[in-house]
Amino acid sequence: MAGGLSARLGVDVTLVRVGFVLAAIFGAFGVALYLVLWLVMPMAGQPRCIAARVASDRRGILLALTVLPALAATTVVFAALHTGVLPSLLWPFFLSVAALILIWRNCDPEERAFIRQAVEAVIHLQTRPAHRRRVLVVRLGAGVVVIALGLALLTLSQRAPSVSIVRPVIGAVLVLAGIVDLFGPWWLRLARDVVDERQARIRAEDRADLAARVHDSVLQTLALIQRSAGEPRRVVQLARAQERELRAWLFDGELPGTAGDGAVSLVAGVKLIAGEVEGDHKIPVEVVTVGDCPLDDRLRALLAAAREAILNAAKWSGASTVSLYAEVERDKVSVFVRDRGRGFDPDQVAEDRRGIAHSIQARMLRVGGRATVRTAPGEGTEVELTVGRDGRR
Amino acid sequence: MSDEAARRPRVFLVDDHHLFRAGVRAELKDAVSVVGEADEVGAAVELIGERNPDVVLLDVHLPGGGGQAVIEAVRGLAPEVRFLALSVSDAPEDVIAVIRAGARGYVTKAISGPELIDAVRRVAGGDAVFSPRLAGFVLDAFAALAPGAAAPSVDPELDQLSTREREVLRLIARGYTYKEVARDLSISTKTVETHVSAVLRKLQLSTRHQLTYWATERRLI
Repeated sequence: MAGGLSARLGVDVTLVRVGFVLAAIFGAFGVALYLVLWLVMPMAGQPRCIAARVASDRRGILLALTVLPALAATTVVFAALHTGVLPSLLWPFFLSVAALILIWRNCDPEERAFIRQAVEAVIHLQTRPAHRRRVLVVRLGAGVVVIALGLALLTLSQRAPSVSIVRPVIGAVLVLAGIVDLFGPWWLRLARDVVDERQARIRAEDRADLAARVHDSVLQTLALIQRSAGEPRRVVQLARAQERELRAWLFDGELPGTAGDGAVSLVAGVKLIAGEVEGDHKIPVEVVTVGDCPLDDRLRALLAAAREAILNAAKWSGASTVSLYAEVERDKVSVFVRDRGRGFDPDQVAEDRRGIAHSIQARMLRVGGRATVRTAPGEGTEVELTVGRDGRR
Repeated sequence: MSDEAARRPRVFLVDDHHLFRAGVRAELKDAVSVVGEADEVGAAVELIGERNPDVVLLDVHLPGGGGQAVIEAVRGLAPEVRFLALSVSDAPEDVIAVIRAGARGYVTKAISGPELIDAVRRVAGGDAVFSPRLAGFVLDAFAALAPGAAAPSVDPELDQLSTREREVLRLIARGYTYKEVARDLSISTKTVETHVSAVLRKLQLSTRHQLTYWATERRLI
């Protein structure tokens, strides 16, 4: 449109567009001018404008003329009802109808499709099944009638200002109800589309996140397992580590790759050290915990001692698994590390093998805790670590 | 172990993972006779009613309602069938739910072949099987019902563990076998089994609804 005008006038197309927008903002004149130009200017690639085609459309004109008897009839009816104001509104209404019929018949298929799409979106014409269509007709009819009733009430009350406020209010409510009836479904569908789109986006993001995590953990591990197929122990260890990580993710909500990083609770810490030793020494550590509490310095010392105990079991016991049990009670926290390995005689430990004395017992004593080792050759070993909890309930 | 328990128990497998069933069957085949298997609730209930096994090895998570649904349906058909729950699940509420439905024990799928055979024999003989993990779950659950914080209940006896029961469970959680527990506490293995069965009964009969979903509000004491 603007393009055609600029071509004819020799002005830049952007300037023409800006001009139209400004004219539209400062008054209906701009809009009217645009519409008139749309009618009288031929579209690019078309020999004749819409107005010219209308002039030669005899059947269209005849069809448009049929509104005249309708106009006459309604005028007579309204005159008989003494409603006065309405006949003056009837003229523009019927003229518009006639003009729209002519324009519709003569505009381009492309423009027709555009108008149809706009109208259908608004009143939801495209409902296929016959019964739905009937419902639609009833709904549209009811909407139009209600709006007409409302308008009638509004205009009548203007003529009789002494009448109470009730009538215009009812009129306004009726008009609103009619509008909601006509356009409600469209609004609903728009809202539903927005919600659907949002949900679809969230689902897509979730899936992408899941895929990324599965790739970072499970798929990487599977690749490693394939490459280590010749080393059964390595395969078992990889599978165990992956299993631990997946469990932490699925049941405890810890993201893979972050398991235990800066663990804040005892259970998280216990799982972290168990996982580390398991990974380093290829021995399964069965963890059982009862209760949980936040980590403090004493509990960190307890964890460090527990880690040492698990390491000892992994290195020296020769057992196939290590059991770790941690229990949080009201007044103390206990950790038991047990293996069914070869055990040892505590009195026979050489002076230079001070792991237990230093790392475990001294560490526990420093934080006011206690470490007890129960063992005998052939009986396995159990290390019990206990530390008190202060100032808590 | 008595002669009765030592005879080959008739075992039925319920698990939706074909590979896992095949693995268990291979591990058990010398010690038990596997009389059937199923991969979902409906088929499991029907076949268990038909074959009447001694022990059903039951996956906690199953399509069609979970292991719990199988136990509840079979109870009416064949009440003498015993269930041993077997799961990779770490979710305590799932495990406790299956035990409360009537399973005689719970072991993790990482269990070794000989341990599994031992567990099956024990369940077939009428005993309860507590893995360290189940013992931990149970201690946790009953600790959540500690007296004081608790509201009055129908039968307080059922809502608390005795000191001895607590000691037994704690040792099991630490990885002790029943025999080791018995030696540590200077009691007979039979007495350990009695305590464990009593705990199982309390777990199944306690009306405290907290027991069902204590895990959802894992406390920090």
